[in-house]
This record gives sequence, C-alpha cells and structure tokens, in this order.
Amino acid sequence: MGTFILRRVWVMILTALCLTFIVFFLTNLYPNLEKLAKTQGNVRMSDEQVQTWLETRGYLQPLPVKYGQWLGVLPGWQGVTTDGRAVGQCLEPGRPPEAAPRFCGVLQGDWGNSSVFKEPVWDIVSKRLGLTGKLMFWVMVLMVPSALLLGVLAGMREGSRTDRTLSTFAITTTATPEYVSGVILIAVFASSAVGLKWFKGTATSAMEDATFENFFLPVLTIALYGMGYIARMTRASMAEVMTQQYIRTARLKGVSFPNIVLKHALRNALIAPFTVIMLQFPWLLNGVVIVETLFNYKGFGWTLVQAAGNNDIELLLGVSVVSVFVVLVTQLISDIVYVYLNPRIKVA
Amino acid sequence: MTAWDDDGPILEIENLSISFFTRAGEIPAVMDFSCTVRPGEAMGLVGESGCGKSTVALGVMQDLGVNGRIVSGSIRFKGRDLNEMSADELRRIRGREIAMIYQEPMASLNPAMRVGRQLMEVPMIHEGVSEKEARARALEVVADVKLPDPERILRSYPHQLSGGQQQRIVIAMALMAHPSLLILDEPTTALDVTVEAAVVELVKDLGKKYGTSMLFISHNLGLILETCDRICVMYSGEAVETGSIWDVFDRMRHPYTQALFRSIPLPGADKNARPLVAVPGNFPLPHERPPGCNFGPRCDYFVDGRCDGQEIPMVPVAGDDRHESRCVRVDEIDWDAPPEAGARHAATEPGDVVLRMDDLKKYYEVAANSLFGGGESKVIKANESISFEARESETLAIVGESGCGKSTFAKVLLGLETATDGEITLDNRSIGDVPIGRRDTKTVSDVQMVFQNPFDTLNPSMTVGRQIVRALEIFGVGETEAGRRARMLELLDLVKLPREFADRMPRQLSGGQKQRVGIARAFAGGARIVVADEPVSALDVSVQAAVTDLLMELQRTENTTLLFISHDLSIVRYLADRVAVMYLGHIVETGTTEQIFAPPYHPYTEALLSAVPVADTRVQKKSVVLEGDVPSAMDPPPGCPFQTRCRWKHKVPGNRCETELPPYRDLSDGHRSLCWLDDAELAAMEPVIRTAAE
Amino acid sequence: MEPLSWGEIVLRILGLLTPVWIGLVATIALSIAFKRRLGLYGKLFDSPIGMVGFGLVMFWVFTAIFGAMDLIVTHDALSQSASMKNEPPGTPYSKLIGDPDPDAYPFYLLGGDNLGRDVFSRVVDGAWIVIQIAPLATLFAFMVGITLGLPAAYYGGRLDTFLSFLANLILAFPVILLFYLLVTPEIVATGIPSYMAAVMFVFPILFATVLLNSRYHTRPSVRTPVLAAVIAVLGWLYLSLISERAGALEVLPSWLDLFDIPGGILVVFVSVVFVNSPTVFRIVRGIAMDIKTRDYVAAAQTRGEGAWYIMLWEILPNARGPLIVDFCLRVGYTTILLGTLGFFGLGLPPESPDWGSTINEGRKLLSIYLHPALPPALALLSLVLGLNLLADGLREESLRD
Ligand SMILES: Nc1ncnc2c1ncn2[C@@H]1O[C@H](COP(=O)(O)OP(=O)(O)O)[C@@H](O)[C@H]1O
Ligand code: SF4
Ligand code: SF4
Ligand SMILES: [Mg+2]
Repeated sequence: MGTFILRRVWVMILTALCLTFIVFFLTNLYPNLEKLAKTQGNVRMSDEQVQTWLETRGYLQPLPVKYGQWLGVLPGWQGVTTDGRAVGQCLEPGRPPEAAPRFCGVLQGDWGNSSVFKEPVWDIVSKRLGLTGKLMFWVMVLMVPSALLLGVLAGMREGSRTDRTLSTFAITTTATPEYVSGVILIAVFASSAVGLKWFKGTATSAMEDATFENFFLPVLTIALYGMGYIARMTRASMAEVMTQQYIRTARLKGVSFPNIVLKHALRNALIAPFTVIMLQFPWLLNGVVIVETLFNYKGFGWTLVQAAGNNDIELLLGVSVVSVFVVLVTQLISDIVYVYLNPRIKVA
Repeated sequence: MTAWDDDGPILEIENLSISFFTRAGEIPAVMDFSCTVRPGEAMGLVGESGCGKSTVALGVMQDLGVNGRIVSGSIRFKGRDLNEMSADELRRIRGREIAMIYQEPMASLNPAMRVGRQLMEVPMIHEGVSEKEARARALEVVADVKLPDPERILRSYPHQLSGGQQQRIVIAMALMAHPSLLILDEPTTALDVTVEAAVVELVKDLGKKYGTSMLFISHNLGLILETCDRICVMYSGEAVETGSIWDVFDRMRHPYTQALFRSIPLPGADKNARPLVAVPGNFPLPHERPPGCNFGPRCDYFVDGRCDGQEIPMVPVAGDDRHESRCVRVDEIDWDAPPEAGARHAATEPGDVVLRMDDLKKYYEVAANSLFGGGESKVIKANESISFEARESETLAIVGESGCGKSTFAKVLLGLETATDGEITLDNRSIGDVPIGRRDTKTVSDVQMVFQNPFDTLNPSMTVGRQIVRALEIFGVGETEAGRRARMLELLDLVKLPREFADRMPRQLSGGQKQRVGIARAFAGGARIVVADEPVSALDVSVQAAVTDLLMELQRTENTTLLFISHDLSIVRYLADRVAVMYLGHIVETGTTEQIFAPPYHPYTEALLSAVPVADTRVQKKSVVLEGDVPSAMDPPPGCPFQTRCRWKHKVPGNRCETELPPYRDLSDGHRSLCWLDDAELAAMEPVIRTAAE
Repeated sequence: MEPLSWGEIVLRILGLLTPVWIGLVATIALSIAFKRRLGLYGKLFDSPIGMVGFGLVMFWVFTAIFGAMDLIVTHDALSQSASMKNEPPGTPYSKLIGDPDPDAYPFYLLGGDNLGRDVFSRVVDGAWIVIQIAPLATLFAFMVGITLGLPAAYYGGRLDTFLSFLANLILAFPVILLFYLLVTPEIVATGIPSYMAAVMFVFPILFATVLLNSRYHTRPSVRTPVLAAVIAVLGWLYLSLISERAGALEVLPSWLDLFDIPGGILVVFVSVVFVNSPTVFRIVRGIAMDIKTRDYVAAAQTRGEGAWYIMLWEILPNARGPLIVDFCLRVGYTTILLGTLGFFGLGLPPESPDWGSTINEGRKLLSIYLHPALPPALALLSLVLGLNLLADGLREESLRD
C-alpha cells in the first residue's frame, strides 16, 4: 500500500507541475501582460512604457525562469522602476530590501498579491475556499445519500415501476445544468412573478449566516445535477450486480432479499459509483462557479470568475493551483478507497 | 417436512414445461419433462448446450428470472409441490434441503466477501447457530473438501484461490447444511481435466458420505458414466431417453442417444479404419422446432407421417427397469445393426519434414510498472526448450492443460511473438525470430490458424464472404475482385457451406458453421501448416465430429500438416499421428500415438489419461488423482516441472526430482520422455485404460 | 391591439412550427415503416424511451433548420425595440411606442427581453447555433479520441502510459478554468486557438487516410486515386478552415480560402473539442482493450494485417454500439458546455441568441420577469433530455442482441 500511495503521489505532483505550468504559460502570454501593465500602471501607456514597466517587474524573463521564481525554486526577481524605486518579488512594504529573503514562491508559502482585491492571494483563497467548503459540505450531505439511495432502489429490481420512475427523474436532472435548474428554481420558489417566495433568490447573506431559507436553493441546484449522474451510475452498477451469478448463489442459499441487497450486492455495487463521485470534483467545480455567480455567493468559484475576468494573474494562478490540488487529492482518495472497496485489486 | 416417508423419491418431476416469455413471444425451453431422483441416487442429465438442462435445474430451484415461468407440470420435493410453496417456504428449502453448484466457480462466489463469511452464512440463516459454531462448521467442511490450511482459506477472498480451490469452496458451501438434494450444473466444465478428475472424485465421495441425492448436469457422457446411477438424455427441450446408466450406455433405445455415442471418439475409433459418424444437420433453435419428433430432421430412421405426425410420448422399453424412450419406432429399429461404415481412407504417408523446432524458448518479462516508479520485473517462462519436427500430411497433437504454454508456442510459430531463444525452421528457412510484420506473404499464408471459440473467431460486423475475400487479398490470391469472389465461393463449397452464406453476417450462423468459415479462411492461401487450437472443444458434441471430419478431409486433399492443440486425449487418440504432451512450458513426452497411449508413460501423461472421462462401460481405468494445482509459470518448481504433483517421485533415488531437471530420454524409437525414472520402473508401469474383452 | 391570451399564444406557436410537425411526422412514419431494415436505428422505434428522445431531438433539429431557413422566426433576433422591453408574452409588436408596424409579425409571442428583442425568435435562432456546433464539435472530439485511443489500447506500453497521462492531465483541469484561460480575447489574439485548431483538425484527415489506406493497400489501383481525391478535398477544407485572412495562420491565399470562421466561434469550438477528447479517448481505449483480445483480432494478426487495419476495420466497427450511445450523451454534454460558455459570456458575441447567453441575460431580472430566461432554459433542458433518452433507448436496444 505504501509504495502504491507513493507512486500515486508522484504522479500527482507531476500532474500538478504540468498543469500549473500550463496555467502559468497561458496567464503570462504577452497580451495578458500588456493588459496587466495598463490596468496597474496607466491605461494610456505607450508600447515602450509597457515594455519597461514589465521589464522592471521581471515579467519579460524567460518563462521557465519566471515559473521557477513563482514556484520558489529560483531567487525572486528584483528591479528598479523608472522613478528609482526598488521593486522585487520578495520585497514587502515596511521591510528593508536587504532583509528580504532570496526565495519567495509558492513553496515558501508566498502566493503573491491580488491586483484586484489588493490583498495577499493566500488570504483571499483560504477565506473563499472556506465559504465554498461550507457550500460543498451541504451539497455532499444532500447529494450523496439521496443519489445512492435512488440508484440502489432503482437498480435493485431492474425494469420495475420504481425503476422506471426513478430513472426518468435521474435522467431529467442530468439533463438540467445548474444554470437551467437554478433559473427554474429561482423562478418558481423565489420570484415575485410566481409569488411562492419560499426561499431567497440570492445567497449573499448565507456567507455570514447560512439558513435554510437562503442556502437551500444553491445547495439543491448543485446537488440536483450531480445527483442524477451518480444515481444512474449506481443504478447501472446495482442492476449489473443483481444479475451476477453470486447473487443467484446467495438467493439459492436461502438469503432473504433485503439481506441479498445489503450484504451481498451493496458493496460490489458501490465500487463504481464511488470512483465516479470522486472523479466528479473537477466537474462539480463548474457547478460551484455557476451557482456562486447565479446566487451571488462570494466563494471560491466567484473568486475564480473575478480573477479571470479582471486578469488578476497571481490570484488566478493561486485559484488554479488550489483547484488542481483539490481535484488531484480527491482522485488520490478515490483510488485508495477503491482499493479498499474492491479486494480484487492487488496493490504492490 | 413431516408427511414424507423415507422411501419415496426425493425429487419427482412430472410433465414439467417451462417457457421464457420474450418480445419475440413464448419460447418453450423445456417440454413435458419427467424424472425421479430417489434417496442416495445420482441422476445424470445430459444433452447439448441449449437443450434445457439448466432450465430444469433452475425450475427445481424456482428461480427462473423475470421472464421464465413454469407452464405446466409439477415438481415434488419430498412429496411437496415446490410450485405451490410460498417465497418464505422456498427460502427455507433453498440451501438447506436443496443446494446448487454451477459452472463458473469464480462467478458463483461473492468477490467482495471473505470465503469464511460466505460459508458461515448458510448455517447461520437456516439453523440460527452462533458465529462461532458456524465457523467451526465451516472449518470442518473445508477440511472435508480437502483444501489445505482451512484457516487461511476461510480468511481469503475468492480471487486469491485457484479455480479448483474455488470450486471446492462452492461445493463446501453447498454441503454446509447437509442438503438432501444437490444439483450440479456442469460443475467442472471450466476446470482443467486433472482438476476436474479430482473434483469429481470428491463429489462422489462426499455424496456417499452424506448420503446426498444428486442431479448431475453435464454435456459430457463420460463424466456422467463416472458419477451417476441413472441418466436422462435431453434433446431440444425434451427428455428423449431415460434409464439406468447401464441400460442407456449399452442398450440405448433412442436414435439420438445412438447418434451421440457414434459421434464421440471412444477408444477403438480410428480416423482411417473406423471413422466417427457425424450427426447431420444442426440443433434446432427453440422457436423453429419441427413438428412431431424434434430429432426428426436429423434422424436416420425417420418415417414420413409417423415421426412428424403427432407429439411423440415417452414409452417404456420392455424388459428394462424404468427405461423409457421418446421414439415411435423403438420396437422396430434393429438396435444392434452396426453403423453404416463411413468412408474409409487409406492412411496417408507422412512426407518430408516441413517444420522443425529446435530448443525453442519463450520468456515473457512482466514489469511491475512501466513509466513511473520502476519496480523489478519478473520472468514468465512460457516455453522451455521445445523441440520437435512435423512432416507433411502429418497430424501432430499438442496436449496439455491450460497455462502449459500451448498457445504461446502457437503464437511464436505464427510470428505474433518472437522466440527468446532457439530455432524454428520452415522448409529450411529460419522463422523463429521473424515477427509476422516482416514475414513474406508466402510464409504468412503457409502457416495459418483455426481458433477455439466459434463465437469469437469471425468479425461480427463483416459478412462471411468479405472476411474470406480479405484473406485472399492479403495472401495475394486472384488478380481481380471477381476472381477472388469466385475463389471464395469455392472455399465455401470446400467447407460444405451453402454459397448463400457469403452474404450473411456471422451472427446468422451456428457455432459449427462459424467454425467452418474459420477453417475456410485459414486454408484460403493454401496453408501448409495449420495450427488448430482446440477447434471443436467449444462446439456441441453432435457437431464436433463433423468439424473434425472436415479438418481431416482438407488435410488429406491439401497435404497439410496439422498441429492439433487440445486437452482432450480422446480426440487426440482418434486423429493424431504423433503426440507431444506439455506441462508447465516443457514437452514432457513425445512419440507416436500408440507409444503415448501405452505404457511406459511419463507420470504426467499417466495422470492425464486417467483423468479423461471415457463414455464406454467396457473401459476400466486406473484411478490416478493428482493433488493440487498446476504451479504458476511465474515461479515454477526447481528440478522436474512435475515434481509437485508426481506420484512416482519417491521411486527416484535421492531427491533428484526436486533439484535437477531430468534429461530427455529415448525410450524406444522416437519415444522420448522427460523423467528420471529408470527402465525397471518404467517397465513396471501398468496400462491406465483397459478395455474389457467383448 | 389586444395582447394574446395564453391559449392563443400556444396555438400560434404550434401553427408557426407547422414545418417542424410535418418533418417530424414524415421522419417517424418513414422510420417506423422501414424499421426492420434500418438496423439499430430501426430498433430504436421498439423502445418508448428511445422514441420520445428521438422525437425531442428531431424537434429541435427541424426547428433549427427551418428556423435558419426563415420559416419560423417572426422577428429578427438581434433587432431591439424600445417599446417591447420586458413586455410579457403575447404583447402586440410595435417598433416604437404607439407605432405598430403593419409588415411585421404583429406579436412578440413569448414577450420581449430587457433590450426589447423577441424571445421566441431568439430561442429558435439559438437552436441553430447549438445544432451546428454541438454535433460537429463532438464529432471532432471523437476523431481525436479514436485516433489516439485505438493505438493506446492496441500497442499498450509506453505509448499508452504517455497518452493516458496526458488525458488524465486534461481531465484534472477544471473545465471552467480552462475556458476562462482559453476563451478570452487576449488568448485569441495570441493565435493559440488557431494553432490548436490546426493540430486538432488534422485528425479527421489522418483518420480518413489511414482508414482507406489500410483497407485498400493490397489493391494499389483502387487505393491511389481514392486516397488522392480524399486527401485533396479534405486538405483543401482543412486549409481553408485554419487559414484566416489577416489572422495568426495565413496559409492559403484568400482566393483559395473557402471560408473564414470568426475567431470567437473557432475558440469555442476548439475548447469544446479539447475538453471532450480525453473522455472519448478513455472510452475508446477501454472498449478497444476488451475487443483486442478477441480471436478475430488474432486471426487478422496471423494473416499479417497491419496494425491500423486491425484497429480501424476489426476493432472500431465492433465498438460502434457503445460509441454511438456515448456520442448522443456527449452531444448533450457539449450543449451544456456551450450554454456554460454563453452563461459566462465567453467566446460568443454578447448579443448572440444562443441559449446560454440568453439565460445569462434573463437571469438578471429573474425575480420580476420570468419570460426572457425560462424559454431558453426549457429549450436547453428538453434538447439535452432528448439526447439522454435517445442514448438510453439506443443502449437498451443494442444490449438486446
Ligand atoms: N432468460 C431466458 N430468456 C429467454 N430464453 C432463455 C432464457 N434462458 C434460457 N433460454 C433458452 O432456453 C433454452 C434452454 O436453455 P438452457 O436450459 O440454458 O440449456 P442448457 O443448460 O441445456 O445449455 C435455450 O434455447 C435458451 O436460449
Ligand atoms: S420418432 Fe422417428 S424421427 Fe424421432 S427419433 Fe424416433 S425414428 Fe427418429
Ligand atoms: S522426474 Fe521425478 S518428479 Fe519428474 S516426472 Fe519423473 S518421477 Fe516424477
Ligand atoms: Mg447450461
């Protein structure tokens, strides 16, 4: 097991490096930098001024060097602005330039500063991640048990009326992306046009104080889309397991139907959906971004939109690293649990 | 279970009809089936696949799935009709009174549950015993089925056991509650012959020990003969003949039974002097059964008007005990008339040596992980020093159980893999290390293959004709598209398929017909060496003979060298000129067919011979049961490859068997064996198969 | 003029959709009449679920096509009207307040949006955008996925490890982030999407070439002309596609350049293909791994067939069942992705009538006016639902034999 995890971690690090490098590359393309210079400096800068502005701030170094600096394996850049101020990656206001450390990249815990929020990236990301964590927690609480229950009930007796009804429901929810279900839910339950007004159409207040009224709709919106998918996987897996010979063996041993489902079928049937749940993370993030935008809940997804929309390079990098990391960690967990659930997989 | 007197039958099936209801309508799978099993009796149910054997078994278990239904008839178990029991009553009977074992042991065990739990469940459900007691019982039964180290076995997951061990666990599970009836549905079909022999032995012993009645389902007549007291022969959903083993085997009274016996290779059959008689035609599908007698279209004794006029009832055979037959002409047919002599052939003389293998070795290296993180690699020795030669027009059989390296050897010969070491020469050209991509068309078309599984051998999305034409294209036969098409039609004639089949899709063909197409494809480029990898083992018994016949006929007309790979010694004895027996990558014995089938044997050959069930009451076999399983090729034992299971080992002085690889010894001209046993021991060997004087 | 009642609105819409109904009835009637000869497609009509799905999908296909032919649309989807802003469904049309236009269709059947554009016409026009892009992008993703997935499965080893790593890399990338990084004007300016398009669009040519060559290489007299013709036609299309006047890639002189794709559409297209390909790769690889152990593959090997013949003619045709099912699901998923892009205002121009953009605009006033956002939302829902049901029907039917 140890070597297995080590190997997975190694692949994960490699993946993370590749992905962050791609993000780094895309965010550091010249048109982006030019836009950055103009927003940070002066909108009417000439091309030459842009050049010097970027030059002094280390943006025009070769890409691998910049990546190394950002990562913290190369010494941070330093430069002097046209008006004679010393600038540098590792300089901080209020500390003499001599006292600055040589390396100050992600590895040293220094994620840079957001150009939009004027705050250290790490602070923003951690705060927003917390808010999104709250959202995701409730999504999971709602989605996973109901999806599994739905799937198991439908797959238990394939072709029955329960199966047909539940499957139709599941298909409908998978066909409804968050921006559609969100709109419909708001229209029905929160708009003055229909008048039910059971819930609130925004979740801004939920950031401080989440209540059923202001938080249920966003949670439901994300959960619905994922629920159908997981339920269908569970159903397919359950239906397949129920046709297996060993289920027949159990039946002919005299095991009662509830026990067949609980003791013999469930564990085998959950292997596939479990991996699916975990692999859904990159894709749940989509939902998070959409829902946070739709309900104006200022979490991690909302931050992503802000960073990307405003060309906030360092924040965008930070957001990317975190999301890639979350995805990879969930994949790792899913692999490990898969091994646990499925005794047939031998790990070296 | 009170109102049942001990002398009555355990199971009494009367006029049972079972149908499956599909979109295409009602499919009668079993019709008017009756049979009785008495206490302690073993009833054999024999028939080809699809004839309804499993359906009968599942009908008894009342587990026919959503679309299966018992249409009429009754199934009485200890006097009570199972059809009328409630779900709860049935559940109490299942596993406790009636237990069932099926074909695929791996599939019958829950992969995510430890073996111990699965065993303990049975008494815990039915007798409400404590976990501790259940465990003690499980240990006992596991020991009963002769598994080593029961404690460890109970803690394992099914995938950690070998196929033979898994099947023993399934048997143990069935015996946990000491049922009075055990239903075995082809329990050994998925196992190797030597393992099969051990499992059958075990079932017989345990049956006696616990006094269990058995319903033993198989398509193998030999196996039924070895295990059962009575037999019921099924054909296309009906029982056609039933009676005691002796009556049915020696005084059969139904044309189908007779045809079946004439089409299987028994000792004494000979491809030239006494060829097998193939049953003409194909098994009818359930929805296209003929009127009247189902066997009518294939029956030699068919009489218009009588055989297809009315439903044929079962009639008792005069003079025998409970012997019945479903044939209107039972009393008219001369049952002792010898079969119409098939076309005899003069034995062909083998020609020059065309293929020579010299000390061929094939090792596979399997790496733990390829790109990331290395890990040491392991060597699998799939073939070790294989040497033999094959002559033109000769049939060389290669015999061995799964995993012994037969297929690897075929792959190297065909160029799908290259040899690690050694030499293969085809007409004095060395081809051992030439992969197929670099072989010239001539070489490629010279060496071709017929595959085992008929359902897998043809591309399902291409017409039959197109597939043969493609082979012709690749082999450079014919100048034009029209020329190739004409040649393709000729090939269809050659394999005795109607020309219309050219435009059919493979799914419209039966297994035997597909196999014929596969043979046509292999012979398309005028192959000189054809490797046939178990070409008939997946076919129904009644069509096996016809396909074997075809292969041999083509061989005779084309002067082909046939390398016939098989695990079935009966068929090998029937058609091979020379035999090579393989075990764990080694050829352990080679010689002419007579040399192989008569003592002195190699100890493995002896065991193999004894393991093959023979459907002939006159044959007496010496029982040689091998312990354990074939070792893994990944870590073969030191010394002699067979030493872990050899019963002769102690006759070799010292422990040479365990330390030194024995040499190939020439026993008599061309008969070679890989064994340390000295001449005196070899001379003392007794024949395994003896035919009682007629 | 009086506003229309709900009943009148429904009747008028049903009337406007007459060509669609005719098309639908004709297709379904013909298909049912010949269903026994139409293979898997015909069997679809045995499954109620599949039929409902097929009906929904074809409804939108016909709506899109007839909409584009100007048979359904009542008003120009882009023209704004000051007097129609946020007017409810059934409102009589006037360009300016109190100025009815006698030539125009007299009503906004589904009302007007916040800029006074006709919601009904926008939904119909939006269908055309989806029906053009989604299946085509999915098709390209399949080309890429198949061309890489087959060799990965067939050869295995390092090639497989490498390609699988790449696929997992892309899959680990949050889709939305990828879109935000790829689909911005700055990135379009660097020409990266054009380069990516140049790489991705090679795959169909490669695919067709290898497909034909492996099949006919034994018959050079057939092979050479066929191949030359196919490469010439596809190559020309390819070059026209990737070369833009005054763009990053200017390969063809403009008189040879057949068409130009607007940068925004191209980048949307490329991103969608890029996101879908790794999943297709994984599916193809999985199925091919299974099929390659079959005896007919071994039979092809023993007669010395080339690797590509085996992959494309022995393995691929037998993988078609699950691939067709996945294709339907994936078109649905692509539709959702396109909507997501529109929802975030990425790629497509802001006034574009595609459903995602329309939902995004409509949601801003959602708590007061429902009619601008709901129709496109329901349209998208029904199309994707139809595709999912169709896939389910196909899966069920293909498993039956
Ligand atoms: N679930 C089912 N649905 C439809 N037909 C079936 C089903 N199970 C078995 N059959 C048909 O019933 C016949 C008997 O099958 P079976 O009892 O399995 O034969 P055997 O065990 O002798 O091979 C076959 O023709 C088979 O196709
Ligand atoms: S009834 Fe007629 S056709 Fe049937 S087995 Fe007897 S003789 Fe043959
Ligand atoms: S060498 Fe020894 S172990 Fe091997 S077969 Fe001969 S007697 Fe048996
Ligand atoms: Mg069976």
